[in-house]
Amino acid sequence: MLWNIFLLAFRAIIRNLMRSTLTMLGIVIGVAAVITMVNLGRGATIQVTNQIASLGSNLLIVRPGQRMGHGQRSAAPPFTIKDSEAIARDVPGVAAVSPSASQAMVVVYGNLNWSTNVTGTDNHYFGVRNVTLAAGRIFTEAELRSGLAVCVIGETVRRELFGSLDPIGAKIRLKKISCEVIGLAASKGQASMGGDQDDMVLVPLRTFWRRIAGNRDVTFIQLSARDGVSTTKVKNDVEALMHERRHISGNESDDFNVRDLQEIATTLTGTTQVLTGLLGAVAAVSLLVGGIGIMNIMLVSVTERTREIGIRLAIGALERDVLLQFLVEAVTLSSLGGIMGILLAVLASYSLSGLMGLPVVLSPGIMLLAFFFSAAVGVIFGYIPARKAARLNPIDALRHE
Amino acid sequence: MGLSQDNVIIDLQGVSKVYGKGVAAVHALRGIDIRISSGEFVAMMGPSGSGKSTCMNILGCLDTPTAGTYQFEGEDVSRLTRDQRALLRRHYLGFVFQGFNLLARTTALENVELPLIYRGLPAEERRQYAQEALTAVGLQGWETHSPAELSGGQQQRVAIARAIVSKPTVLLADEPTGNLDTARSLEIMDLLTRFNREQHLTVVMVTHEVEMAAYASRLIHFRDGSVEQDHQQDNLT
Repeated sequence: MLWNIFLLAFRAIIRNLMRSTLTMLGIVIGVAAVITMVNLGRGATIQVTNQIASLGSNLLIVRPGQRMGHGQRSAAPPFTIKDSEAIARDVPGVAAVSPSASQAMVVVYGNLNWSTNVTGTDNHYFGVRNVTLAAGRIFTEAELRSGLAVCVIGETVRRELFGSLDPIGAKIRLKKISCEVIGLAASKGQASMGGDQDDMVLVPLRTFWRRIAGNRDVTFIQLSARDGVSTTKVKNDVEALMHERRHISGNESDDFNVRDLQEIATTLTGTTQVLTGLLGAVAAVSLLVGGIGIMNIMLVSVTERTREIGIRLAIGALERDVLLQFLVEAVTLSSLGGIMGILLAVLASYSLSGLMGLPVVLSPGIMLLAFFFSAAVGVIFGYIPARKAARLNPIDALRHE
Repeated sequence: MGLSQDNVIIDLQGVSKVYGKGVAAVHALRGIDIRISSGEFVAMMGPSGSGKSTCMNILGCLDTPTAGTYQFEGEDVSRLTRDQRALLRRHYLGFVFQGFNLLARTTALENVELPLIYRGLPAEERRQYAQEALTAVGLQGWETHSPAELSGGQQQRVAIARAIVSKPTVLLADEPTGNLDTARSLEIMDLLTRFNREQHLTVVMVTHEVEMAAYASRLIHFRDGSVEQDHQQDNLT
């Protein structure tokens, strides 16, 4: 019986193909919009998460001074190598600590020059920041201890200075020193918060102190928490230790800050999710409008087919037979629209993700949900026209012209 | 059921129908008594507004009387609910209308199958019975044609096939020849007479035309909502 009703509905839809298509269009657009928004949102979330993960898992950065908004910092004394050693020694759950100092400067190779950031650090940097080498090697103990003029460069620096040439073994000039390139870091791409992670030159910390900065300051300390250790806990311990070492009593404000990337990741992901939800909600409104379109056409259809309804009632159709017939027709219409919307959404997700450089995410959950939602729209908006049809008086319906 | 003498199928007693209320009230039927037995061929005649169509609607359980009782095979159906009346139509009544009332863009066979769908018959049985009914009205070979591709006489024969396919107790025909020329009309009347004779099908027909009424075995004349004349006649053969 239900199969018959479905066939009947399908034929009624085919009979008025043009009208049915236009009616479905509302649902198609609504469903496609909701799914595409959610897919793009998920893609963006995954990208943000990946980018943060690429910075180094469980990374914490300790800097002197307090952030005062818009990248400004209050002046505060820098750290020393002793602070870094104290963190490595006294804070439990720390995997690696890398004391660093950096300065922006122009690096020169041949007749090419490039303005970049030169960082003095040690080999822990690679582990803490998740940096792997595409070519060459990291620093040796001897180079670190004696502060030799060697460096590891990032992909951007290589591209700007060397083009198609092999950088390993070449000598580039940093200020007054000539420095041999011993390693090339693998590309990590754009960071989510802006800034090119490949635009860097790394030298041993001692080399930086002696030949570039002329002091023994540590301008920031990067550390990673061990797997399974809460970064919040490590952050609190580092803060406590630095309070002690920098003689800050309870009611004084800190003259340093510890940034926890996990925390930033959570915030960013949360923001993306809220945006996804909002866009999805706006798209859902169009689904509602589509539903109203279906109700409108179903009402027209009931009026047009009054005689048919009269015949059916006269030969023994029950109210619920007629109700079901028109309800199934509305649901078939909206479900077909839903399926077409899903197909459109898959196309849109692929092309828009490509255009926006996001990973393609096709979430089956939201597609299934959108499909059932579109079917539900058919039930809700098909009910009133179907009830109108079912309650017709057969005598009047048969007389209807 | 069927206990009364002469196998009375339809028994109307003091049936009135009033449309509207107060001064605007229209008395379509004023307490009529009609009994119809199994196998009768009844023609109902009368001028417009005489109440014959209202009577037909009540007989067809499409409408309910304002007063009086209507017993169908001994059961009082005048107080049935809408759905109960639909079930009665589904199982005991067949309808033929003046305007044919076939579903457009639907083949003859599918039109005839329609009542069987509501009876919940499986597809092969439906097809078989519909085929038989179409053959019975002389339309074998026209199964796949839609009403638009059939002549008026053929359309009415499809409608008769649809009415008899469910093997009803009573066939109700509301001016079945009203839209047809004389030759086609006579064909239709021959068909109805045949089903009445051969299958002992009770036929109740409303008509304007004396020629068509002559086929019936009993003639009921309506005037102003009352039965003016009700007599047996020798029907044509």
